[in-house]
Amino acid sequence: MSQVTPEVVAAHSITPDEYERIVSILGRHPNLTELGIFSVMWSEHCSYKSSRVHLKKLPTRSKLVVCGPGENAGILTIGDDPDGNEWCIAFKIESHNHPSFIEPFQGAATGVGGILRDIFTMGARPIAVMDALRFGTLDDEKTGARNRRIVDGVVHGIAHYGNCFGVPTVGGETVFEASYAGNPLVNVFALGVFRRDQIFYGKACGVGNPVIYVGAKTGRDGIHGATMASGEFTEESKQKRPNVQVGDPFMEKLLLEACLEAMQTGAIAGIQDMGAAGLTCSTCEMGSRAETGIEIDLAHVPQRETGMTPYEIMLSESQERMLLVAHKGRENEVLDVFKKWGLDARIVGEVKDDGMMRVKNHGEVVAEIPSRPLADEAPVYHRPFTKPLRPEKMDAPAFASKDLTADLYTLAGSQDLCDKRWIWEQYDHMVRTNTVEGPGGDAAVMRIKETGTSVAMSLDGNGRYTYLDPRQAVKLMVAECCRNLACTGATPVGATNNLNFGNPERPEIMAQIVEAIEGMAEACEFFETPITGGNVSLYNETLGDPIYPSPVMGIVGLMKTQAPAGIAFRAAGRDLYLIGGIGEADETRMGGTQYAKQVLKDIWGLPPALDMEFEKKVQTAVREMVATAVVESAHDISDGGLAWCLAESTFGKQVGAQVDLTSGLRPELLLFHEGPSRVVVSTSNAAAVEKVAAECGVPAVKIGVTAENELVIRNSGKILIQTEVRGLKECWAGALENLLHAELHA
Amino acid sequence: MKFGVVVFPGSNCDHDAWYAASHNVGHQAEFLWHSDRDLKGSDCVILPGGFSYGDYLRCGAISKFSPIMSAVKKHADAGGLVLGICNGFQILTECGLLPGALVRNRGLKFICKPVTLKVGTVNSPFTSAIEPSAELVIPIAHGEGCYTADERTLDELEAEDRIAFRYVENPNGSLRDIAGVLNAGRNVMGMMPHPERATEPLMGSSDGLGVFASLTASLTAPHK
Repeated sequence: MSQVTPEVVAAHSITPDEYERIVSILGRHPNLTELGIFSVMWSEHCSYKSSRVHLKKLPTRSKLVVCGPGENAGILTIGDDPDGNEWCIAFKIESHNHPSFIEPFQGAATGVGGILRDIFTMGARPIAVMDALRFGTLDDEKTGARNRRIVDGVVHGIAHYGNCFGVPTVGGETVFEASYAGNPLVNVFALGVFRRDQIFYGKACGVGNPVIYVGAKTGRDGIHGATMASGEFTEESKQKRPNVQVGDPFMEKLLLEACLEAMQTGAIAGIQDMGAAGLTCSTCEMGSRAETGIEIDLAHVPQRETGMTPYEIMLSESQERMLLVAHKGRENEVLDVFKKWGLDARIVGEVKDDGMMRVKNHGEVVAEIPSRPLADEAPVYHRPFTKPLRPEKMDAPAFASKDLTADLYTLAGSQDLCDKRWIWEQYDHMVRTNTVEGPGGDAAVMRIKETGTSVAMSLDGNGRYTYLDPRQAVKLMVAECCRNLACTGATPVGATNNLNFGNPERPEIMAQIVEAIEGMAEACEFFETPITGGNVSLYNETLGDPIYPSPVMGIVGLMKTQAPAGIAFRAAGRDLYLIGGIGEADETRMGGTQYAKQVLKDIWGLPPALDMEFEKKVQTAVREMVATAVVESAHDISDGGLAWCLAESTFGKQVGAQVDLTSGLRPELLLFHEGPSRVVVSTSNAAAVEKVAAECGVPAVKIGVTAENELVIRNSGKILIQTEVRGLKECWAGALENLLHAELHA
Repeated sequence: MKFGVVVFPGSNCDHDAWYAASHNVGHQAEFLWHSDRDLKGSDCVILPGGFSYGDYLRCGAISKFSPIMSAVKKHADAGGLVLGICNGFQILTECGLLPGALVRNRGLKFICKPVTLKVGTVNSPFTSAIEPSAELVIPIAHGEGCYTADERTLDELEAEDRIAFRYVENPNGSLRDIAGVLNAGRNVMGMMPHPERATEPLMGSSDGLGVFASLTASLTAPHK
């Protein structure tokens, strides 16, 4: 494969048009190394060529945004410490879907590693990780065993990397659907903290400055990972296992400490991690951002294997590597820090003024490409789109529950709603002692020791809703994330997104992407949560079957540091209020609910309706109630509806509830509809709750009291659900482990 | 009093121990670098949790060769206080300052959760300020915390009143529910649970303060 033939070009997933563009950029035909470089930089994964025109529609600015999309992570300012230093947070979500299917443990582990580097390459110390996971169903006859193995591998991989690195994994969500059986999703969110005057950018500033390579040696692992992540899965995909990288969290921990320490010297001009597309990406992006160029000689690159070609070195995705530019004359200060931490650090090149990315091997030029066209001028596609792919069925099937209490047990024992403790107890969710609210709540809350304030974060995605109506679903997701934050007392300030979809070359899939982005733009504008960065993962299909369209939102909020209310009822005899009221529901809008999925095993119709103005008022009211501690617990209604929200609130301290509703809705809808803008609170200060609600102009409906042992839900006096808390909790708590252990005993 | 917190490559609870000792307990605390041999006048050396040297060979197996550990051993031999938490406990057993070994948890999974402990003895500088009947809620976070030793050693530990903490509900298969042990001189203690993670209400528990209060008391009125 040394000649660049049309077959070789096609094997690099470069279209004839794209090849022509390369030829015109270079003014000649590329050699094989250059072709490889273009192929990774112009891959969907690196260039966002299918989504770029639509991503521009997203709001990216606010008074708090210090750095929006385009850098390694977005940055928001969060206020001053007592000494007057301004502090910031950096955060982003990123996917590692394709590698996690091929090799679950390493795929997930390196997913964590990659996003952590994105955070600390900017100078921020990572303080929290969250994960959004999607798997095939555990009990499926054909794929169940493999799905269970993937769950085990992914969870173990995340735990392995995060625990050893020393960052707490503080929450997330896990959903099971048949459509993820051949294409699981692993989206990892990370957040870090630093001072505003200590932000570092991925820029190769200062002509003549030395370029330094630090961290792990380069091997042959992960070559063409970015290209792999830009194609559909076929039978041959499993043979791409060597494309998955191998992670070393210990190395990453050393890299973190060494980088942060080296940054303190003041001798670093710019720094960028080597993630997707490795040395290629960091070299051309740093040059492009600074409008300089970089010249490196591969002879100086530390190599793990012998006989590696320039092509392999440039395209390797070996983990735990960074590229940095030091101020000339001060390079030894940087090198000394890395030596102290026992890391390889080598000067591999120099910043130039000619805008070129020039790669030499033992002095001989092996690639010479203008940085900007390579990094920033990838082809942009206006892919055609029609109407989103969706099921034909709009009308609800006939359904009538025989036993609503049994239905609640079905939800409790379901894969989606059951206790995820088996997963998150494997994650160290406390290290660094900042976790105020960890896994299991509506949102995670981390205190920031330096400022004395806290940051709350929530991840949400709903593939079913998105399948039914992408635009509406994404608005609901943004609303839910913000509502989760309100339940901890936080004010939402910024967002990151992970857009997981199928093949964008299919117009009905492209339509899902376009509608989702437009819905996100509208909702993020409305809730004042600009998107500061994120990730697009397309071609999530196996053998032509796409996943449910699965955008995931991560939204962060700010709050004062205080013990959170939490979701659990604390004691019997407290008044229960439904802030926002019972809400509206009809049968068409039941089709995407957990009730439809778990009890009726069906999907139809539309996601719930959303009134964003009203939603915002409810959030304002709940935020005020939690922040001023007039409520003892707060839990928003989402998956599983009101009945499930109440059930979950009883588990923490085994405190039940006596609830009596007054509604004309039929029981299945009343109990299980998933209409937004609703939060259940418990309080010993009813007057204060009513007062805040009235001031905010939202209904606060008294629905009952907390009680010993039992959960009873009535409508106008008639019992709909009655159960001991203990039995329901046992069903919820044991379900996941029972499902997973089926494998061990099979 | 002064705490010295050792930083090995891969230590990740070093900052937590430092923060607990300095901010929540109000003592002096300083970091000690693994390749140094100077304990900087520390009264109590803390070997913190984490994955020293990656723990790729066996937890704590490499750390015992680090220069700082020879200083720590000398300090211990002279009766100085040494507290090993989690990975620190593993290191203490590897280097022979404490008996036994920590192996993979029963169930083979990493476990992070608060557990309830009973104090095994209050006759030590690490536990003297704890109510003998108290039940303490302190988190664990480990994959290899199953305490193992031969029967004779376990009998000896019990006979000599050297079991510092026991789990009320054994989370990891530790023999005789052991969560923490003392050396014969009672000046070295290792425990798998993290007392530094339970030193203020915001962390969910302040029960770990008992260990720090005991150490403070022992230095103001030396332990017999």
